[in-house]
Amino acid sequence: MPHAQGRPASDPTHPAPPAGERVRARLAGFVRALRDNGFATGLSESADALRLLAHPGLTDAATLRSALRALFASRHGDLARFDAVFDAYWFERNLKPAVRMADTRRLPSSAPGLPGANPAGTGSGPPQRVDRSPAAMDTATQGDGRQGGASADAVLTATDFRHLVDPAELARAYALAQRLAGAMRARLTRRHRAAHSGSRLDLRRTLHRSVARGGVPVDLVRRRRRDQPLKLVILLDTSGSMSPYISVFVRFMHGALDSFRQASAFVFHTRLIDVTDALREKDPQRAVDSLGLMAQGMGGGTRIGESLATFNRWHAARTLRGRTALLIVSDGYDTGAPDLLAREMAQVRRRCRRIVWLNPMIGWRDYSPEAAGMKAALPYVDLFAPAHSIESLEALEPYLARL
Amino acid sequence: MTHTSPSDPTADRAAIARRLADAGYVADRDLATALWLMDLLHRPLLLEGAAGVGKTAVAQALAIVHDTRLIRLQCYEGLDQNAALYEWNYQRQILALKAREASGDSPDVIEAQIFSPAYLLERPLLAAIRAERSVVLLIDEVDRADEEFEAFLLEILSDFQVTVPELGTLAARSIPRVILTSNGTREISDALRRRCLYHFVDFPAVDREAAILKARLPGIDTALALQVARFVQAVRREDLRKAPGVAETLDFAAALTGVGLADLRGDRELVHDLLATLLKTQEDRNALPREVVDRLLTQVA
Repeated sequence: MPHAQGRPASDPTHPAPPAGERVRARLAGFVRALRDNGFATGLSESADALRLLAHPGLTDAATLRSALRALFASRHGDLARFDAVFDAYWFERNLKPAVRMADTRRLPSSAPGLPGANPAGTGSGPPQRVDRSPAAMDTATQGDGRQGGASADAVLTATDFRHLVDPAELARAYALAQRLAGAMRARLTRRHRAAHSGSRLDLRRTLHRSVARGGVPVDLVRRRRRDQPLKLVILLDTSGSMSPYISVFVRFMHGALDSFRQASAFVFHTRLIDVTDALREKDPQRAVDSLGLMAQGMGGGTRIGESLATFNRWHAARTLRGRTALLIVSDGYDTGAPDLLAREMAQVRRRCRRIVWLNPMIGWRDYSPEAAGMKAALPYVDLFAPAHSIESLEALEPYLARL
Repeated sequence: MTHTSPSDPTADRAAIARRLADAGYVADRDLATALWLMDLLHRPLLLEGAAGVGKTAVAQALAIVHDTRLIRLQCYEGLDQNAALYEWNYQRQILALKAREASGDSPDVIEAQIFSPAYLLERPLLAAIRAERSVVLLIDEVDRADEEFEAFLLEILSDFQVTVPELGTLAARSIPRVILTSNGTREISDALRRRCLYHFVDFPAVDREAAILKARLPGIDTALALQVARFVQAVRREDLRKAPGVAETLDFAAALTGVGLADLRGDRELVHDLLATLLKTQEDRNALPREVVDRLLTQVA
């Protein structure tokens, strides 16, 4: 049997060709900067990058950028972020407010820059950490080249969720989210069993088993329907008018993500941010902390229509399908155009099974949905329910279980 | 492997781009770099982008460039090992069993016979690594497959060997060039993403799209190709649910040349009728009424 060729790229027994010590140090710093900015890169990527840097033919910075980007970036949102980190690290330029440098580590001042790149005669290593800043997140979620200016009226301070938290209430919200998930799961199990008893024969597998019985189909294999778990997508309004309710709903989102196999969570104010990964963190407090970091700009105005448009354009195809419930938590006070909101609601309506709009204001006496945004969205909503207290969330349980 | 010793990446990339162009694919600089890296680092390449921007075409062109076979694995929900890797040919096994029942051979002999490679059906993944010459393996729309399959794929892509319990381990005869495509139906795991090189296939710029038209439709007039490219670019800027991809542009241009129209401004009525090749939903048709199309046509001319 011919011998399989090894892959030198990640084979530890074939070390990367020798590169200068300083190049190694600079590269290590770059990889660290990438990791600090949320890139998931491993050792084999570093080894491959070293191979590239040591490649005799790679002389111009543009080619090297393009090559390293193909290696380190792994999704569309990474591309712009990679360029920002690359420029900041190797060229010390493009240091817009978006790319904030804050690190005390300094490399030896003799560390070389990129081959072919001599930015203003400086060879010293710049501080490396680039914040995962709002503008970078912006391009990551929207991808249409909009930079930080989009959130002109956003309050650019990190609101600390911890100070909004009442432990007992949060624990209740968390338990409730798990119970809701449980109610839906129970229903799915029943569906699955019913499908199993009414299933058809799987001929291929039956034949397969019969080989062991000398060709007599003794063991029948049945085909059963795939269970399609219900998906939950939550959009949480974190604008200023919602601030008293945010902490409870964040905990609710965390509980839902923890117990649903498939769930996604987004927060929006003047723009939309995917917080699914942050909330996947097992420890609730750490999840809330990292969300607080990501959701900078909370407490400003709301642009529901635009946020929903972003969702439709970049996330809907991935997160919504037939058996998906979309849960929007917002008071409907929109500073954007109501037409846009109506149009986007119509679009999202087609993609998912149910839209639930939870509005904390309903709990108030004499409330009627007068806000222009709320009025525009209402025709597309399946369930418009109050959400000012844990009790009102509990009232939702039978409805969600029926989806 | 013969493709492991590139000397000058700039020249190599230019050569790759040129050979791709000969194969009918007009690649941009980043894609040429990614393809060059694929050969240097032996990593799979993950292509993402909207539907119809030519992700699958990259693999087809790459197979032509390397004068090798393209093995395609179309992913779908519920894709399993039997469909992707290998399966025993049960019908033939049973026939062989029945035929030998009377022969009096010992069970061990019969077993060794029916579990031999002759009874093994190679599915795309196994076929790709058992090929004598390095092939191009296209794993299309990997996001449609289940997460479990993804984990299994990761294992194959790093080990390049397959263990069949009845036969033992089958090592790769050649390492395929692997291209994965994704439409974003489901988020792919970070592990798989990390394993791969990444390239985002965007809608082409006007001149590249015109070049694609020229490459794919040799009969097309250069001026018309440029007009069509500009027009489609303008259409994409409109607020559409599904922006037309390169495949749609090709259809549109083919339809135009088919009816013998040499200038988009020549017969606006006809252009409007042919929009059926670009806009595939009722909503998008309504979003581009006659006045808007006329305005776009005036702009691009």
